[in-house]
Amino acid sequence: MVDRIAVLGGGTGGAVLANDLADRLAAEIDAGDVEVTLINDDPDHVYKPVWLYVPFGQREPADGRRPLRELVDSRIDLVIDRVTEIDADAKALALRDAPGSLAYDYLVVATGSTLAPAEVPGLVEGGHDYYSESGAVALRDELLSMTEGHLVLSVVGTPHMCPAAPLEFVFMADDWFRERGLREDVDITYTYPINRVHGNANIAEWARPIMDERGIDVETFFNAESVDPDAGTIASMEGSEIDYDLLVGVPPHRGVDVVDEADLGDRGWVDVDKHTLEADAADGVYAIGDAATTGVPKAGSVAHYQAGVVGRRLASEVRGRPATATYDGKTLCFIETGMDSASFVEFDYENPPSPAPPSEKLHWSKLAYNESYWLTARGLL
Amino acid sequence: MFAGVGYSRVLMTDIDIEPTDTVDARGAACPGPLMDLIGRVRSASSGDVVLLLSDNEGSLTDVPEWVGETDNELLAVDETGDEYGFYVEVT
Repeated sequence: MVDRIAVLGGGTGGAVLANDLADRLAAEIDAGDVEVTLINDDPDHVYKPVWLYVPFGQREPADGRRPLRELVDSRIDLVIDRVTEIDADAKALALRDAPGSLAYDYLVVATGSTLAPAEVPGLVEGGHDYYSESGAVALRDELLSMTEGHLVLSVVGTPHMCPAAPLEFVFMADDWFRERGLREDVDITYTYPINRVHGNANIAEWARPIMDERGIDVETFFNAESVDPDAGTIASMEGSEIDYDLLVGVPPHRGVDVVDEADLGDRGWVDVDKHTLEADAADGVYAIGDAATTGVPKAGSVAHYQAGVVGRRLASEVRGRPATATYDGKTLCFIETGMDSASFVEFDYENPPSPAPPSEKLHWSKLAYNESYWLTARGLL
Repeated sequence: MFAGVGYSRVLMTDIDIEPTDTVDARGAACPGPLMDLIGRVRSASSGDVVLLLSDNEGSLTDVPEWVGETDNELLAVDETGDEYGFYVEVT
């Protein structure tokens, strides 16, 4: 009997997992005992961290795209299609473009995040973002022509991809305008939904003095309720209002509808055991990366490490052995603190982060990793 | 009672409030429970009472602080056992 493993989503988690399985189960796949299918609705793999640099004119969206077929081992069946239904009872997937259904024995949901800016009235019309290719390009056009006024970065929705990126953006914007001699004419305000500047208390404690020192204004307990594009204002649930000339919003995020429709969790996120990454609501289903509600950041490093855990668990399962690999919450993140300096954090479920002193070396380490990421996607790093 | 925050810290048996909606954030790390509450309040109607369940001690601080920043009202906090229940009336 053939064990069929379906991996849903070809982002960091899905690509790393597919290549991990191709390597780990090479003998079984070659013998025809295991089939691994990777399904993605885009022929390209997209490396989203590139988008942070696009508004500053430092990278192009194309730098973050490569064909999945070039990245994924030939032992993997790559299907470019969109899954329209997960039937977790029948263990089958319906596809948009293919007739019939795709049966699986094990399913890994790696469907990532989607943006839901329409949840906040006026945000689509009045806000910009760097959490999408089109958003980053549109923001670049605005930012490059900005010579004065009020730049507001508002974290509208959490959880969101890369929790450090809003801090990075304002640190980079501060430095970027400063280098160009425009900082005195550009005010920068950062808003955050809770009573500190980051969800993690240690990172918030580290970042706040840097923001104060660099004249980045902060509004905490600011949960955006609506944006008035004509008046150029953003209003909060808490009753405050801020005028802006350029609004950069981190929009509300969701998972994907098929997860909701399969009753695997809320808002398209899959409820999982945070150690085994097994779905709470279905047998034989795992979730990794942004799609999994483990409480750790929605970040590429998390997807990467979780893919390794699920790869080991699946190998154990198809070999009829107890699956013992577990995820310990490991998260790794570089944090840009300007255009030529960065910090670094590493933490897990038990050990909180302790940001490293910003340095030029860490900045170049981040850029170097962004280049070598393609080895990660191929399962080599 | 917390200074400046007009709600009672009472036992479950003393609470006679029927929530409109319950947010179960037990098991979530901070600020997850508060963000779950904010998300639910965002879509609630005036007069609704949202019950937030949390087993994170940080919620005892950040939930009253946030509610105090808004026009909403923290009606009561149940501190029975290791879990907490926050009853928030949406204005």
